[in-house]
Amino acid sequence: MTATTTTAEPLSSDRHAAYLVGKEPVLTARHVSIDYEVEPVVHAVKDVSLTLHRGEILGLAGESGCGKTTLAYGLNRLLKPPALLTSGTVTFHDQDGPDVDVVALTGDALRAFRWDKVSMVFQGAMNSLNPVISVRDQLGDVLKTHRPGMSRAERASRSAELLELVGVDPLRLDSYAHELSGGMRQRVMIAMALALDPQVMIMDEPTTALDVVVQRGILREIMRLREQLGFAVVFITHDLPLLLEISDRIAVMLRGEIVEIDTAEAVFEAAQHPYTRRLLGSFPSLTGDRGAFVRTGEGTGESQEGPHA
Amino acid sequence: MSTLEVRNLVKDFTIRKGLRRTRLRAVNDVSFTLEPGRTIAVVGESGSGKSTVARMIAQLETPTSGEILLDGTPSATRGRGLDAYRHDVQMVFQDPFASLNPFHTVGHHLERPLRLHEVARGREALDARIHELLERVNLTPAPVFAAKQPHEMSGGQRQRVAIARALAPGARFLVADEPVSMLDVSIRLGVLNLLARLQREENLGVLYITHDLATARHFSDEILVMFRGNVVERGPSDQVILDPQHEYTKLLLSAAPEPANHGRLREEVRRELAAAGAGEPADRDRFGTRGL
Repeated sequence: MTATTTTAEPLSSDRHAAYLVGKEPVLTARHVSIDYEVEPVVHAVKDVSLTLHRGEILGLAGESGCGKTTLAYGLNRLLKPPALLTSGTVTFHDQDGPDVDVVALTGDALRAFRWDKVSMVFQGAMNSLNPVISVRDQLGDVLKTHRPGMSRAERASRSAELLELVGVDPLRLDSYAHELSGGMRQRVMIAMALALDPQVMIMDEPTTALDVVVQRGILREIMRLREQLGFAVVFITHDLPLLLEISDRIAVMLRGEIVEIDTAEAVFEAAQHPYTRRLLGSFPSLTGDRGAFVRTGEGTGESQEGPHA
Repeated sequence: MSTLEVRNLVKDFTIRKGLRRTRLRAVNDVSFTLEPGRTIAVVGESGSGKSTVARMIAQLETPTSGEILLDGTPSATRGRGLDAYRHDVQMVFQDPFASLNPFHTVGHHLERPLRLHEVARGREALDARIHELLERVNLTPAPVFAAKQPHEMSGGQRQRVAIARALAPGARFLVADEPVSMLDVSIRLGVLNLLARLQREENLGVLYITHDLATARHFSDEILVMFRGNVVERGPSDQVILDPQHEYTKLLLSAAPEPANHGRLREEVRRELAAAGAGEPADRDRFGTRGL
């Protein structure tokens, strides 16, 4: 997308404006555009501006291919060719230091920034741990790289502390990934993301592969840690009901643009964008009315089959 | 009346660990009867045995014991008898990306069952049936879709081809194993509504396997809740969801996201931490998932 095209501001309400009062930003993205430089060029993220505040959980909702993961990678400088951040700025407002221009970081500065300030929990908990080294070595790796001053004993005690923090028995330090269940692997991933006390954690579909009961346990853990440690979270998922439950604010992405951003309450009670309403309508309520879902023939069930189905 | 009944279905798997062998009972004594026009949902978590039930009904697994009766007669497990059984009982799989052959066109996928089950003969009759099937699952214009390859279509379109394929032999019973869990959320309801319409039109009996309690409630007449191979609760869908009896059903329901609960989890966590700060031990394992 070229700089001349302007994108409409995402929809939001007065409640959103009221929520923002007095909030301190921790990560600001301004007019970020990301292209996949293939033939023809794919504009995955178009002129997106987003501010993450200290200690908040920001939900990023959208369907496959809407650019939400690409945007998250852009915030953390993880884009690999052919993906390219073509324009825009990403600024990290360090709690104990000057602002960092994330886009301009290179080499050692980038290495030091990543994971230390902004860490990430990746999609696919089941496969993102290294299968051939133990949990102890993997947690130790992070500390060894970023905290070279730590002794072996300090690393071991910090690793045990981290596992304790996410509710995994520290005896599991000597386990390998295949000896852990899906939920435990995801907890270890979260422990790893917490290792350096980051100010921002980006979580990309962290619970999608898990059963609902396990998922609920992990979500509680994330919420609890957030209260205790005060990091901010960007939580990416297509599961809007889940986001509504855990987020402070929700941004809805459609075709590379944020079309609506508002507090969770406002999105739930008075979603403005038709796409947000459609997303909300895609989840039949568990205990309420059946909504657009019609099985027995009365009503207008057919219209829901629609051309998009 | 035509029915598909399963009686006391049991499936054991043998697990080998080194030289040791242990038996895992994946499905333990499951019975239910599927009738035309009715839907039974089987809900449960991964490993609860719900997919194994589906696979046994589709004759992809052999039950360790128990019977599968079609219209009161035990189903054959091979040969012509099995062909006849498959004529009536068809399956829609979870993954529309894996269940269609990337090498063949949509038309080919629908032509095979039509030929094998001798529904239609001759080029013209076959094409007519293929187009009719595609139109019934809203893939129009049919000739265009018939010529497409799977990779040219979205997940939702592929899943509708899979549904059309299941209907091709003239099946009376459909086993749908998580038919929408791989699809994008905004098209899930569309596919479910399509299935519901086809069910009405054809008076199909549907077995709907899912982990999603909300769609199970709205899509089915009866719900079976499975936990570690056992059916722990069953009943009319609204009754199971709105008035659960078994502890496991309650646990599942409390874990399912409910948009109306926005902010509640945050408040709960804050209260717990405040309580912990005041000296009371926090109950961190409320969902019993720490060991999972």
